[in-house]
Amino acid sequence: MSALDPREELARRLGLAEVAPVRFASPEELRVRLAQQDYLSSEAISSVTFLADRLAKPVLVEGPAGTGKTALAKAVADALGARLIRLQCYEGLDESKALYEWNYRKQLLRIQAGRPEGSAEVWSELEEDIFAEEFLLTRPLLEAITASEPVVLLIDEVDRVELETEALLLEILSEYQVSIPELGTLTARQIPMVFLTSNNTRELSEALKRRCLYLHVGYPDVARERDIILSRVPGIATALAEQISQVVRTLRLMDLKKAPSVSETLDWARTLVILGRDELGEDLVVETLHILLKYQSDIEKATREILGRAS
Amino acid sequence: MLDLLSSFIGELRTVGISVSMSETVDAARALETIDVADRALFRSALCATLVKSGDHLSAFDTAFDVFFAHRRLDGDVDTELVPDAGARDAGARDSPERSGAQLGQQLFDALRENNVRAMRQSAAEAVARYGGVEPGRPVGGAYYLYRTLRQLELEEMERRLVGLSLAANPDALSERLASDDAHQRVEHFKTMVATEIREQLVQDRGAAALAESVRETLPEDIDVMHANREELAQLERALRPLSRKLAVRLARRRRRRHRGPVDLRHTVRSSLSTGGVPIDVRFKPPRPAKPEIVVIADVSGSVASFARFTLHLVHAISSQFSQVRSFVFVDGLDEVTHLFAESDDPAVAVERISAEADVVAVDGHSDYGRALSIFAQRYAPELTRRTTVLILGDARNNYHPARAEALEEIAHRVKALYWLNPEPVNYWNSGDSILSVYAAHCDAVLECRTLRQLETFVGGLN
Repeated sequence: MSALDPREELARRLGLAEVAPVRFASPEELRVRLAQQDYLSSEAISSVTFLADRLAKPVLVEGPAGTGKTALAKAVADALGARLIRLQCYEGLDESKALYEWNYRKQLLRIQAGRPEGSAEVWSELEEDIFAEEFLLTRPLLEAITASEPVVLLIDEVDRVELETEALLLEILSEYQVSIPELGTLTARQIPMVFLTSNNTRELSEALKRRCLYLHVGYPDVARERDIILSRVPGIATALAEQISQVVRTLRLMDLKKAPSVSETLDWARTLVILGRDELGEDLVVETLHILLKYQSDIEKATREILGRAS
Repeated sequence: MLDLLSSFIGELRTVGISVSMSETVDAARALETIDVADRALFRSALCATLVKSGDHLSAFDTAFDVFFAHRRLDGDVDTELVPDAGARDAGARDSPERSGAQLGQQLFDALRENNVRAMRQSAAEAVARYGGVEPGRPVGGAYYLYRTLRQLELEEMERRLVGLSLAANPDALSERLASDDAHQRVEHFKTMVATEIREQLVQDRGAAALAESVRETLPEDIDVMHANREELAQLERALRPLSRKLAVRLARRRRRRHRGPVDLRHTVRSSLSTGGVPIDVRFKPPRPAKPEIVVIADVSGSVASFARFTLHLVHAISSQFSQVRSFVFVDGLDEVTHLFAESDDPAVAVERISAEADVVAVDGHSDYGRALSIFAQRYAPELTRRTTVLILGDARNNYHPARAEALEEIAHRVKALYWLNPEPVNYWNSGDSILSVYAAHCDAVLECRTLRQLETFVGGLN
């Protein structure tokens, strides 16, 4: 059995002239380049993203809201200097919004304009003409594979679409191509990096999961969260960042309705910087807790348990 | 390597993680393209290609540690983490000369500095010193772990760590932060000790044999009735995301059934644009047919935890039902709906049930007959054709009279009556279980031992 590189194999199948060079030499290099974009990755994040490039497979990123799933795709796009094409999923998404749509107004114009007085245009010619790429409106998925420049495709919150709609994604995820009945199959001109994110509000189909690498992004540990705060919040003192990440960890250990996310932590840190504080006191925590916690019952519980006082 | 991979995948499948053929191929190809000596990358490659759910990660980790543990001591692998793998063994051998106090001090320093390498070394020494691992015994290592940790007096160490990092007059906040920090370091160390023991056992007995002893049950497959404390906590954690998913699924299904009866007015109106020919038939929007749920739960000892989980789940998705009422019983019956109404967190309400519900009328042994007839007497008039009744319990009636006629009356008044039994099917009707007497009046009697079964059942309610 010859060990054919997955990227080469895919390129051959797609009929690409050459195989693009690997984007990252090692997970370590990936980590450094993401860090330059102010995205601090964990070991799992950098190695799975590295593998996605090597194996030419999409990554399904799952985890609680606000842990940097979407930011990962953005950071990778920035690090590669590639264009980010984003498909925001929602209930009721269909192929005319995700894949392509025929520009029927333009088609009508073509039919009317192309009929000179007296001459009967052959119908088959006309038909061939109006179902050409020229009359196609590309939507994010089609755009991603027909682009000639490097792109990163982000399919955001894929758990929001119905189970049936997921099927739209399958062809592009495994074959990097889109079949259009009137036109034929459009294959990718380059192999884009693909990220799908999910907040896990429902179980995704086996078919979808099978086609992807799976990456679970949880809450960062104290040290990484501190570094994230330091890199994303300019002008914050190291000691304060450390304290913030410790408080957030303690809150996450508690059984709350909604644990504070990384983005909420950053909001909190920015608020404290604007308030001009460089140390956390109990009173300050109580006053600003509503930035981290979004349920009154959570706030009361936290005030009671951590600070030992009634709110 | 392929042999090892396929037996590893076999182990994952035994645990209950479904791995498809194409995922197997993906894993093999991933290993081909990477440097397998890089242990972290190796692990990520397997994890990303084989495991596709966050709930399965911990079971994967256990299996991975067992299957690929012994490679560490073979030499070239994982050198960055344990650069002194040789020295570690030497340290373990030299240990008799060193006193326990010295080891304790070394560990304490490592914990204080949060020095991962030193902590790992201390773990190795502690296991060699206190673990007393006996070769050849078919165990999972829980006892060795207990023996090692007991000797190390970690609680005391945790207290000292907290004391060390605190100023003279700490406020409640910094005290809490320090204790969480210390606790996490000590927990981290405990997992290192567990790993160390596991590695020794793998060397002793081989991966496949050990995998069987330490195999982890997936949260959705844990038997609720026989769960230990740790598993109960795991279930507790799994419940919240589960109820969220269920609510989304129920709401979606209701919205998708968007065809009510034909709306004649609307159809005629829209037919005007087609010259009076009703090409487009319009339908009325569906009535949101939300069911009313009544839960009657046995909360006596053996089945209490099952009742708690079910009540928690049903109330967590109560927005998907037009009404949820809950009753609990042992040999008396009490309504607990108000507990859930008063608190917006079902977990809190469930905790309050055991303290506040008045369920013991005679001797505290389940009496289904009595409880059901009280229910029929007091509440049957309030049941309607829209009500679905769930009865939770093992139908172990302690040889009291069955009084099935009470259940029959309930069944007559409602849309559906389901009985959920947390016991395995082959225990039904044995001993004092009289399920078959009641089953005659139920629309369905279901075995419901795990979250997976519970989810399937609740997801089908309408």
